[in-house]
Amino acid sequence: MSSEERADGGGFLETQGLVKQFASVKAINHLSISIPEKGITSIIGPNGSGKSTLINCLSGTLPIDGGIVIIQGASLRAILPHHNPSHGVTRTFQEVRLFNQMTVLDNMLVVLTERGVLKSLFERSSSAHQDRAKELLESVGLWEKRKDQVENLSYGQRKLLEVSRALAMNVNIYLFDEPFAGLFPAMLERVSQMLEGLKDQGKSIIFIEHNMDLIRRLSDYTFVLDSGELLAEGPVNEVLERPEVIEAYLGT
Amino acid sequence: MAVLTTNPAYEQVPGHIRYFDWTFFAALPVGMVIAGVVALFVGGVLSRFRDDMFVLVSVGFAVIAHRVFLFWQPVTRGPFGIHDIAKPTIGGLVIDGRLEFMFLSLGFLVLVYLASWLIVRSSFGRVLMAIREDEQAIEVFGYRASMFKLMIWVISAMMAALAGGLIASEQSFIDPNSFLLLEGILLVCIVILGGLGTIWGSLLGALVFVLLNEGMRFVPFLPDALIGQARLAILGMLIVALMLFRPQGLVGKFKL
Repeated sequence: MSSEERADGGGFLETQGLVKQFASVKAINHLSISIPEKGITSIIGPNGSGKSTLINCLSGTLPIDGGIVIIQGASLRAILPHHNPSHGVTRTFQEVRLFNQMTVLDNMLVVLTERGVLKSLFERSSSAHQDRAKELLESVGLWEKRKDQVENLSYGQRKLLEVSRALAMNVNIYLFDEPFAGLFPAMLERVSQMLEGLKDQGKSIIFIEHNMDLIRRLSDYTFVLDSGELLAEGPVNEVLERPEVIEAYLGT
Repeated sequence: MAVLTTNPAYEQVPGHIRYFDWTFFAALPVGMVIAGVVALFVGGVLSRFRDDMFVLVSVGFAVIAHRVFLFWQPVTRGPFGIHDIAKPTIGGLVIDGRLEFMFLSLGFLVLVYLASWLIVRSSFGRVLMAIREDEQAIEVFGYRASMFKLMIWVISAMMAALAGGLIASEQSFIDPNSFLLLEGILLVCIVILGGLGTIWGSLLGALVFVLLNEGMRFVPFLPDALIGQARLAILGMLIVALMLFRPQGLVGKFKL
């Protein structure tokens, strides 16, 4: 299913003529963008502009209907979800998608342990896995809650857990779909520190957000989508001044 | 398993040509491996379906299996069934008494329970739980969910083959009616009754089911002819009541 080939001097994370169609609606309409390597990039735009759909396509959560995606030099016409780590990609979801009827600790351990079917059958989570899980959970203040079922956590705690679970993946590209939505200020601060921490490690962070203060504060570069097409791109402060962007946001 | 222990000394059915004459303990592991290999192929096909279609296709396979057992007479003797299935022998001692057989079965139960416990405790078990919760989300982290499901499917088939071998030997006779769809549905009911998400739940479900089944015989004023029907009716009502008031089953951890 996955047709993969090395592109010559291909981009870091790029789409070429990407199309995603729902019935007769083109959620992504021949979108060609090149996301810069390293730093924090925000994707903004009105509701229904295709932001989430773009992230879903980049992570194989939705199949691509046309065009190609280039990830770290690999040119892809189809992306299978389980190939994400080998592409160096991980993500969070707009609606938190944790494993609700599992403990907090198991939610973390499950992304740290062996991927192979046979090997995992004979593996108990090692002390290295346990230590890493402890470190990650402590960083979001959830270690004390490690034995709780995830469904009993508050919304904010679940959001934090999902972001820290993504951090457990040692990859280059992190896609966060509205990581700040619905968070109290203290937790919001915590998540933005996590994003900046990743940036300091030289990772590439792509996030979707609506809050203009956060967008200005965090992002190095911004893409503005509207109706599945690119409306504007560039350094954040410059882009937000453009009349077409202001118009798209305030509506006509 | 039963086929492998067939032995030419007994009454012959026209057209029946396969005799193996193996012992119980030789036939059992081979039967388990055969079940595993069949499950691998069936599972490969089943993995292309999900939800409602998955159930329909599984039912399809159950019907096909029944027909194969019914008409593959050279091997299964078809509707005549296979009788005089070998009893287990341990060091010259033939296990044919009810009590001895119970202890043998309990021994296997402990082994299967232990294996299940080890599977649940492994990294593999944790991934299975995650697949149950959100298959696509766990795939994003690099797991091929279909491979994990196929693996546990094969392991389960081998466990079922072990149980089937024990039943065949204990009853010393099986025929294609041992493979009716109803039998499979009853097994699912046992698991739901006891509770999903725990090993102990399936055990409890089986215990309650068997006690209910056998206990019905002692209900006064119930005509013998009705007992069999009443068992199923009561089990059905029990499942409905359980789904309404206790969807996680008697001791289950997982809510449907």
